[in-house]
Amino acid sequence: MKKEMKAWIYLLPAILFLGIFMVYPLVDVLIYSFEEGYNFASQSFEGYGLFNYSYVLHDPYFLQALKNTFIIVIITVPVSTTLALFISLGLSKIKVLRNFFQTVYFLPYVTNTLAVGLVFMILFKKTAYSDGLVNMLIHLFGGPTVDFIDGPYAAKMFVMCFYTVCIVMPFKILILTSALASVNPMYYKAAKVDGTPSWRIFTKITLPMIAPMIFYLVITGFIGAFKAYSDEVALFGTDLNSAGMNTIVGYVYDMLYGDSGGYPSYAAAAALILFAIVFTITLINLMISKSGK
Amino acid sequence: MKNKIKTFFLYFGLFLWGLLVLFPFYWMILTSVKSYSSYNAEYVPRFIATNPTLQNFVDAFTTVSLGRYFLNTLIFTVVTTGLMMVVVVMAAYAFARLEFRWKNILFALFLSLMMIPNELVVITNFVTITNLDLRNTYLGLILPSVTSVFYIYLLKENFEQIPEELYKAAKVDGTSDLKYLLKVMIPISAPTIVTITILKVIECWNSYVWPRLITDDEAYFLVSNGIQEIRENGFGRENIPAMMAAVVVISVPLVVLFLIFRKKIMEGVSTGGTKG
Repeated sequence: MKKEMKAWIYLLPAILFLGIFMVYPLVDVLIYSFEEGYNFASQSFEGYGLFNYSYVLHDPYFLQALKNTFIIVIITVPVSTTLALFISLGLSKIKVLRNFFQTVYFLPYVTNTLAVGLVFMILFKKTAYSDGLVNMLIHLFGGPTVDFIDGPYAAKMFVMCFYTVCIVMPFKILILTSALASVNPMYYKAAKVDGTPSWRIFTKITLPMIAPMIFYLVITGFIGAFKAYSDEVALFGTDLNSAGMNTIVGYVYDMLYGDSGGYPSYAAAAALILFAIVFTITLINLMISKSGK
Repeated sequence: MKNKIKTFFLYFGLFLWGLLVLFPFYWMILTSVKSYSSYNAEYVPRFIATNPTLQNFVDAFTTVSLGRYFLNTLIFTVVTTGLMMVVVVMAAYAFARLEFRWKNILFALFLSLMMIPNELVVITNFVTITNLDLRNTYLGLILPSVTSVFYIYLLKENFEQIPEELYKAAKVDGTSDLKYLLKVMIPISAPTIVTITILKVIECWNSYVWPRLITDDEAYFLVSNGIQEIRENGFGRENIPAMMAAVVVISVPLVVLFLIFRKKIMEGVSTGGTKG
C-alpha cells in the first residue's frame, strides 16, 4: 500500500498538469463549440446547438482560410517530400563533405521561423526604395517585377509555399538520409553483381525499403501543413485576414484573441472542424499505405 | 569519364541547395551591418557592405527593448525546461520501476494524449489562464508547457534498459527510491536527458503562439513576439538594417547551441522530432 502511494506521488505532477491543460480542455472545447451566443465577459450563453459550426462554415474569412490551407497542403507536401528524397539520395551517394552538407541542410530547423521569415519578407518585398533582391533577379532575366508580399494573390501564395517548403526540408532530409543509410548494403551489392541498371535499383530496392519512412513523412507533412500558421505571420504580419493569407489555425487564434477576438465558441468550432479534416486525411493516408503493401 | 561528370553534377546540385539554405543567413548578417542611409540608397541591393557598421546593433538594444525580450525568453526557457525535466523524470521513473495498480491502462491513456493537437486545447487554456488572472505573468507563460507525454515515453523506455538487478541490489542495501533515481538512473540516462533538454530549449526559444495569446504587455514579450512587435511598430517600418540586427542577435544563441550539440540534436530530432 505504501508502495502504491509512492508511485502516485511520483506521477502526481504529470497527472495534474496533463489533467488541467490537456484532458479538461479537450472536453471543454467540445462544450464550447456547442454553446450558442457565448459571452466572454459574463461567461454566459443562451443554449446549445450547431449555430457556431454553421457560422464558421459561412464566414468568408474561414472559407478563405480553408482555401489557403488546402493550397498550402496540396503544393508543399508533394514538392517538399520529392525534393527531400532527391537531396537525400544525392547525400547518400557521396562521402567527402557529406557531414558538412548534412549540417548545413539541418541548420534552419533550429532557427526561429519568425526571424528567418522576416529575411524572406525582405528578399521578396518591393518597396519605394528598392525592388528587393528577388525582383532584381527576375528583372535580370527579363521578367516583370511583382510585389510578393503586398501584391497579387498568386505571388503571395508562391512565397508562402516556397517558404513553407524551405522550413520543412531539414526534418525531411534528416529522416530520409537516415532511412537510406539503414538499407542493408548487401542488396545493392547483389544488384550490382546482377548488373541491374541504377534506375531499377532505385525503384525495386531503395524505394520499397524506405517506403514506410516516406509514408511517415507524408502523414506528418499533411498534419504539419494543415496546422500552418506562424510561417504566415512571419511573412505577412499578424493581420492575416486583411492580407487574405489566413489559415485555419490563424482563424482560430484570430477568433480567440486580438482585434477580432473574444469568440471562443467560434474558435472551438473552427478548431474541431480542423481536427476532423486532419483526422480524416490521416486515416485516408493510413489506408492507402496499408493497401499499398 | 561519365562517372566524373555525374559526380560533378551531384556535388553541384548539393552545393546549390546548401547555398539556398545559407543565403538568408548571409543576407541577414549582411543587411545588419549596412548603415541605414547606405541601405536605403541601394535601389539595387549590393552583395557586400562597403562600410560595415555596428550601429544597428546598438539601435536594436536601445530603440526597442530587445534586452528585455531576451531576458524574458531566457527566464521562460530555463524555468520551463527545468520544471518539465522534474515532472517528466518523476513520471518516467514511476512507469519504469514502481509497481502500482492500473499502470498499463494509465500509460496507454498517456500515450493516447500524444495524438491531441495543441490547437484543440489552446482555446480552453487561454480561458483558464485568463480566469486565473495569470495573463502577462511568467507563470501563465510557463505552466501549460511543463509536461510532455512524448518525453515521458522516451525516458521511460530509456530507464527500462537499465538492468533491474541494480534496482534490487540498491533496495537490499536500503537505498531510497529518490536516492536511487538521482544517483543511478539519471547519471546512466544522462545522454537522453541532455537530448530532451536541448530539444525543449529549442522549442521554448522559438515558441510564438502561446506567448502571443497570453501577453500583450511588452514587458513580458518573448523574442518571437519581440520580432513581430519590432516589425510592426518598432523601428518604423523602413529601418530594415536595425531589424536585421535584432534578428541576428535572436538567432545567434540557437545557432551556437546547434554547432556545439550538432550530433545530439540531429539524433534527437530523428527519433522524436516532429516538424514539417
